[in-house]
Amino acid sequence: MACFIVSAAEAVVVTAVKKAEEKKEILTAQENSDNTAVKRIPLSRKLTWLSNMLWGGVVLLAFEHIWHGEVVPYFPFLTAMYDPSDTAEMLQEMATVGVGMAVLITFVWVVMCVAADALVKRSDRTADDTIG
Amino acid sequence: MTLLITVFAAVFVTMKWYTRKDDSMRLGILCFLYWGASIMWLVDALFEYAELKDAYFTPALEDMINDAFLGLSVVALGLVIWIVRLLITDPKGSVRRALR
Repeated sequence: MACFIVSAAEAVVVTAVKKAEEKKEILTAQENSDNTAVKRIPLSRKLTWLSNMLWGGVVLLAFEHIWHGEVVPYFPFLTAMYDPSDTAEMLQEMATVGVGMAVLITFVWVVMCVAADALVKRSDRTADDTIG
Repeated sequence: MTLLITVFAAVFVTMKWYTRKDDSMRLGILCFLYWGASIMWLVDALFEYAELKDAYFTPALEDMINDAFLGLSVVALGLVIWIVRLLITDPKGSVRRALR
């Protein structure tokens, strides 16, 4: 009914955090211009992965809801808002399916980040061994 | 059916991303787009399965055709979003060259 709204809210927050982190990283890079920083994947890049997944899912699921006539281009935009019993069902769905979607996407992203960090560390170690 | 078509699209695009020669096509965006939608539809499918049990795997033909159309439309929408973004960011400078 409107399960994608939970992920949309998370996407907005993640995008805002990503922008702030990007600014912070630019400042840090200017301060440490002597290039001594440890090689690792910046947090802003990892947050870009999460925001891309969230926004991608939100846009495509919103399209599905338009397809099924659950989202309309006029106020109140959600057809479930016309009837209080439908609204209650919609809120219930958002609390279960919607939260489930946001949690699973975030969990997949955490696994991705851990795997990516391990890969970078491993490739660094391989390079050090080759040089040594 | 929508989930299945989106997962196939996600796997295919990820395969193309893995074997890419350079990043000029920005396939990563398309990967995240399809994987994000696939994960979200997976959760939807799990909840639907919990509700319908075995009936989930025996949908009516009409519903299946509708879902297949939706799946293909979703894949097409994803491709349109990706190509528009590619043309706007223009990493290879092809659009700028054509407009000169």
